[in-house]
Amino acid sequence: MARMKFLCDADRCIECNACVTACKNEHEVPWGINRRRVVTINDGKPGERSVSMACMHCTDAPCAAVCPVNCIYTTADGVVLHSKDLCIGCGYCFYACPFGAPQYPQVGNFGSRGKMDKCTFCAGGPEADGSKEEYEKYGANRLAEGKLPLCAEMCSTKSLLAGDGEIIAQIYKERVMKRGYGSGAWGWKTAYRETVGS
Amino acid sequence: MAYFARVIRLAICAGALLLLFSAASPSIAQQINPTASAVKEQQLLQELNRIQGRVSIPDQRSGVLEQPAGREWREFRNVTLHWIGGIAILGMLAVLIIFYLSRGMVRLESGRSGRTIVRFTSFERFVHWMTATCFIILAISGLNITFGRTLLLPLIGHEAFSEWSQWAKYAHNYLSFPFTIGVVLIFLMWIAGNIPNKVDVDWMKRGGGIVGHDHPPAYRFNAGQKAIYWVVVIGGGLVAATGYQLMFPFYLSGIEGMQLAQMVHATVAVLFVAVMLAHIYIGTIGMEGAFEAMGSGTVDVNWAREHHNLWLEEENARTGVGDARRRSAATAAE
Repeated sequence: MARMKFLCDADRCIECNACVTACKNEHEVPWGINRRRVVTINDGKPGERSVSMACMHCTDAPCAAVCPVNCIYTTADGVVLHSKDLCIGCGYCFYACPFGAPQYPQVGNFGSRGKMDKCTFCAGGPEADGSKEEYEKYGANRLAEGKLPLCAEMCSTKSLLAGDGEIIAQIYKERVMKRGYGSGAWGWKTAYRETVGS
Repeated sequence: MAYFARVIRLAICAGALLLLFSAASPSIAQQINPTASAVKEQQLLQELNRIQGRVSIPDQRSGVLEQPAGREWREFRNVTLHWIGGIAILGMLAVLIIFYLSRGMVRLESGRSGRTIVRFTSFERFVHWMTATCFIILAISGLNITFGRTLLLPLIGHEAFSEWSQWAKYAHNYLSFPFTIGVVLIFLMWIAGNIPNKVDVDWMKRGGGIVGHDHPPAYRFNAGQKAIYWVVVIGGGLVAATGYQLMFPFYLSGIEGMQLAQMVHATVAVLFVAVMLAHIYIGTIGMEGAFEAMGSGTVDVNWAREHHNLWLEEENARTGVGDARRRSAATAAE
């Protein structure tokens, strides 16, 4: 089985936000929620760097570990998914997540959180693959159709890579060798406890 | 002539271009790293333990790219808190059971006089029970978030546990308001009797008379009750403040502030529960005649004399009925 991962080649990201838009459109993500975003560090200064970030589908995912109702699970592909039927919207996964992936639609009073929403690696949820219920709760299940996440698929500079961790790491390593530099796979050390080609 | 000048100019231009090309030869270009000065992930993490930038989407909070501090919070929630809570609550239960078995109920030594004195007004009792009811529900729903996954979920299954936890969360959020009001009212209405004084030192030295049959003097509230009062006021204030910070995400702080708030909230809360177990014990099966103070609002005069003699004297002096009562008690005894 493949171990699915994301890899953002920050030397290539031009902050076009196509990944952000593609994700929102593909999954009809609710208003106010962005499963993927592009963060620009040192914006406008020398050394500026843009990184596209979403759920990294961590190894030994912290969100799953702290969930009080145990609604977050890792699939055989290494994708971290959750059940919106079981989620109580307590916010704990959000405190634990290193990447700010879990978000909650604001429902009702105060800051009361609805069911958590996050990147599914285009792999839907616990419902039957490709079902209407699955689409309404989690968005499209491209993985079940044999496709990879849309954000990476339509990245204009092929900065964002998604797929089997070993294959995308290999692609990145070759790039680094060819061009002679690379700033490393952002977030990999935090998410997977390993790094590649920095 | 003009033609000749044009040819020379062209030749010069071509020469200059050639020069430029040779200067920027590919062999040199390959050694340049255009991103050498760019920010580095590990360096940023080492500096601040978080990476923050600018986002062009409306949700500005998503500008935090990475915050590995969540890992420490996870350790607290999944390991440390279980130990603190387990030791505090089970330890307190064990102490109370052992104490009950060895000491038993603290009896009214002089028996009941049959005459009563008002200890808590109906308003005071209302405030107490409103706070107490909220506290019990808050405690159960809070402990559910911490221990439910380990203890309850395997017993009742995912669906039932989620349904129950969802309701528990609503209860926890909404009952925080009457609870907070209760804590504020408790603070205001009993502050006068809860300032520590010299009598408390003596009371503490004699262990409150809880071991043996000693009855150290006390005003309306003895040192033990004062301790409970301050635990409720300070602990209640802390859990309320941190709880609202969690209930209103991002109003007061970013994510690291919320992690800290949750740690304070949970730690204070489990210790609070442990202390309240002792409070419930001594107010019910631990001491004869104690429950009625908060039940009917009146206590037996003999109970007041044994446990709060200085308060009874104060009350008698204030109402002026004490002398008459003492006289009638004396005649009855004869």
